This record gives sequence, structure tokens and C-alpha cells, in this order.
Amino acid sequence: MNLTVVLFAMLAAVTAASAVGVAASRSVVRAAVWLLFTLIGVAGVYFLLGAEFLGAAQLIVYVGGTMVLMVFGVMITNQGPFAVLRTKPVEWAVGGVLAGGLFVLLATASLNFVSSGKTPDDPLPGISPIGLSFLGVEDGGKSYLLPFEVVSVHLLVVLVAAAYLARAKRRVNQVASGKEQGTNKEDTRQEQGVTP
Amino acid sequence: MIAFDWLTLLIVIAGVIAVVMPTVGYLTLAERKVSAWVQDRLGPNRVGPFGLLQPLADGGKFFLKEAPIPRHVDKIFFLLAPAVSMAIALVALAVVPWGGTQPPPDPVATQGVEPAAVVQQYADTQGGYAKSFNGVIVPGLDVGVLVVFALGSLAVYGVILGGWSSDNKYSLLGSLRSSAQIISYEIPLGMSVVGVLLFSGTLNLEGIIQWQKQHGWFVLFQPLAFLLFMVSVYAECNRLPFDLPEAEQELVGGYLTEYGSLNFGMFMLGEYTHMITTSLLMTVVFWGGWSLFGLEDRVTDPIWGAVVKCLILVTKTGFFLFLYLLVRWTIPRFRFDQLMGLAWKVMIPLSLLHLLAVMLVRQYSLSNWVLTAISVGLFLAAGVYAVAFGTGPNNAPRRRVISSPSPPVGEGLGVRGS
Repeated sequence: MNLTVVLFAMLAAVTAASAVGVAASRSVVRAAVWLLFTLIGVAGVYFLLGAEFLGAAQLIVYVGGTMVLMVFGVMITNQGPFAVLRTKPVEWAVGGVLAGGLFVLLATASLNFVSSGKTPDDPLPGISPIGLSFLGVEDGGKSYLLPFEVVSVHLLVVLVAAAYLARAKRRVNQVASGKEQGTNKEDTRQEQGVTP
Repeated sequence: MIAFDWLTLLIVIAGVIAVVMPTVGYLTLAERKVSAWVQDRLGPNRVGPFGLLQPLADGGKFFLKEAPIPRHVDKIFFLLAPAVSMAIALVALAVVPWGGTQPPPDPVATQGVEPAAVVQQYADTQGGYAKSFNGVIVPGLDVGVLVVFALGSLAVYGVILGGWSSDNKYSLLGSLRSSAQIISYEIPLGMSVVGVLLFSGTLNLEGIIQWQKQHGWFVLFQPLAFLLFMVSVYAECNRLPFDLPEAEQELVGGYLTEYGSLNFGMFMLGEYTHMITTSLLMTVVFWGGWSLFGLEDRVTDPIWGAVVKCLILVTKTGFFLFLYLLVRWTIPRFRFDQLMGLAWKVMIPLSLLHLLAVMLVRQYSLSNWVLTAISVGLFLAAGVYAVAFGTGPNNAPRRRVISSPSPPVGEGLGVRGS
């Protein structure tokens, strides 16, 4: 029994167990936290396969960024009708069929998988091939820079729009009730005689 | 791939624990001694000479005390939180250099060279690298800096889990503050390092040290980036002046409120280990790691050379740890809106401008010292801007202050009377 098998068994057990936890737990917060451990387990599998960059990116983006916000949001909104999830029998059936189909698909794919002939003793690929092909230096001059920039600008637009929507809502309230309450920052400043 | 055997693994684990545990113990003692020094007291001086055995007594107490688990908590996550906190802090220590290092060899050029020569060159560089001594637990990790940041961003989960599972409002408030704080300060933290990466051309921490050995320390060229990095790291570690998550005057103890005994000890261990890791990181990324103006090369004996390099690195790290302690007992705590304002209105714009300056210097191949001038200039400009166009000190109360009618003596809560 070598190290790779032991580590894979541990990571797979953690991932699978926490995935079951996501589906089985009734509390939203618990489900979110189990999802966190699933993502960490998947990142561990990436590291095990030598895809260090993918593993680190998964940890930073999903685990360190997205999941923090999700857990954060779930904790604040963990009140009222959404605190406890009750799955209906129909939902169990649909989910079960989908999960079963995906499992069959993945099992077939992995059984038909042809090994690329690399062994664990081969030197690990670094991150420089990723960067070079990203900039179009390798891979026949096919650059991925433009699509990447388009996607990131798109994300920025979404962020700005979200911030604008959040602000606009407050402005409506301000017109309606802000003047009377005087809780608004500018109002308070003017009352105190502080020039902004 | 590095050869693996169980014995080495056990020795490494035992070694890490044996080094980290006493260091953390004596850091807590140093913390109390420094606080005593700042406040003109004596500090702990009863256990052993000068109180030097105090950490031992504290550790023993952690083990022997009862570990209370309140009835209302979420048991699994309540017990998981300290373990997560400690484990992540210890794992992050694995990729940070603590002694002399050798960067992994560059790829071998294959164009226009005979295949046999390529193979020979590859074997030579790899063989030389395999023989060299590396003061890192996991040497040659290509994504070194990224892994450190990834693990650093996980550290918030210990706090979040602990705060939520404790099931009381002070703990929850503490953990909410913590997540907002850590998410905000991760941005300037990451951006301040990007400037360094643009120069060194590698994410590998050993490679960054090598660049500084050849060209000079990064703190000379990018002092502003170092300042931003240091402030962000203080916020990530929940240290004063950023210790809002456990502000004891407001939140009892924040996420630590319900913890006692060894669970509390594990949180503390994680926190102090994080301090050690980030101090090592500051040394390695900005202060040249084990290099000291070529002095370390005077020692030609390989064993003594390694010892000297390790000592240089540890001394620099010790200085930053001392700075951590000193800052804690010098600067008072921020208010939460000041904390957020500092991150979003000051540090992120500054780090963006600094990054722009780095790109310009790289693009037009200007001297590195130009960047130093820009760095200092940006810092001064920010100060001038704040004085000229700012709204004055940011400590004015946000709401209108109303004087409350004081109750007559002998009535009311009687706080002053009793």
C-alpha cells in the first residue's frame, strides 16, 4: 500500500462523507459547512494529481472566497421558513434519478479511460505552461487572453450593477423617510455643521 | 517525486510540533512581558527564573482543566472549529522557508541543442538541486505564494464555525465581523504581493529569495507594498488594532466566549502559529529571507552556512514577531467603520496605484529605484490628500450625540453609588 492510495482513500472519504452531509442535513448552515469540506476535499484531490495551480485556485476562489460569502449570508438569513429544509418526496425522486444518471455516466467514462502513460515518477508540470498557453506563446499562437478579459469585464459589470441596485433601493427609502428620521449620514453632518 | 517513508513523515511531524509548541508558548510569555514593559509593570515572574517556566504551567493548565460544552451549542461544529483553526495554521507553515534555500532549476531549453546534451543538462541541474539543502518542509512548490494565501483565507473558517456553533449573539457578531474583515483585507494583501511577483517572475518562495539575493531586497524598492502587506497581515491575524472579532469590551470574547480548556488553547495555538507564518512570509517576500548583504556567503562550510542562514532568517522573523507584540500594546482598537474604511478607501486604491507603478517600471525597464521614489511619493500624496481634502479625523461619532439625563443619586442602576 503506497502513499498515493492512502491519501486518495482519505481525501475521497472526506469528500464523499461531507457530500452526503450536504444532502442529508436539514439545517442550511450545516449544509453550507459540509459543502465547504467537500470543496476542500476536491482541492486535495487536485493537489494529489499534481495540479497544484488548480488546487490552490480552487481553495482561494471557491473555499476562501465564494463559500465565506455563502456561509456568511446563510448565517444572517438563517431565520424563519428557510432555517430548516424539508425535502419533498418528489424532490428526492428527481434528485435521486439525476444523481444516479450522473454516477452511471462518470463510472462509464472512468472505466473507458485510457491512461496517458505518465507515472507518479514523472516531473510535475509547473504553472509556466499554463501561463504560456494563456498568453498564446505555446499552443500555436492561440491566445486565451481576450476571452478571459471579456469574462472578467462582464463580472465587473455585474458587480457594479449589484452595487447600484443596492444603493438605488436605499435612495427610495431616503426620499420617503430619510428626512424625517435624520439617520442619514449627510443629514447628520449638516445638522452638526460639519462641511463634507 | 520526493521519496516517501513513514519514518521521515513521523520525524517531520514530531519536529514541527516540537518547534512550534514551545515557540508559541514563549510568544505568549513574551506577549505578557512586553505588555508589562509597555505598561511599566513586572509581568509574570513567579514560575521559574524571570517567569520563564510560565508557558509550561499554562500548557499544563490547558490540559488539566475541564472542557465545558454548553448544552445549546452545535456539538460537531463546536468541537471541529478549534481543530480547523489549528490544523490550517500548521499546514501553512509547511511551504514557508525557515532556512537557507535553493530555488528549483529552470526548465532546460530544447531548441537548437542536441537531445543528448539536453538530457545531460537536465540530469545535472536536477541532480544538483536534489543534493542541495533546502530549509523548507515542502521544497520546490511552484505555486508557493498562492498556497500560503489559499490556506490563509481558510483560517477564517475556524472563527466562523466557532462563532456560529456557540449559538449566542456575541459569538455570532464576532464571527460576522471576522468574515467581513478578512474578506476585505485579503484584497490589499494579494495585490501588494503581485508587485513582487511581477519582478521575481515566480510564485516560488525560494525563487523570490534568490531574486532578492541578486538584485536587493524588495522592501528597498517597494516599501509601500511592504507596509500594505504588513497592515493586511495584522488584520488577517485578528491582532490589535484589528481585533474586532474578539473585542472583549464589546463582545465578551467574540467567538472565543464559550470555549475553555484545550479548545481555547487550540484556537490560541492556531492564532500564534499564524503570526509565526506571516512573520516568516514578510521576511521571505520583502526582507530577503536568509540573505544579509552577502555576509552569509563568507561562511563556506556547508553545515555552518546552513546554520548561519537559518539564524539570519529566524532573527529577522523574531523582529517582526516582536513588532506584532509591540503594536498590540501601542495602538488602540479601530471602530468597525474605520476598519472597513481603511481597507476599501485607503489600502485598496493605494495598492492599485502601486501596482500600476510597478507595471510602468517593468514595461519601460526603468531603474528599480524609480519605484522606491514612486512608493514614497504615493505614501506622502495619500497623507497630503487626506489632510487637504479629507473630512478631518475619522473618529467623529456617526450619530448625533445626545446627552442622556443622569438619574438622581441613589436611584436608577446605582452604578456610581454602589
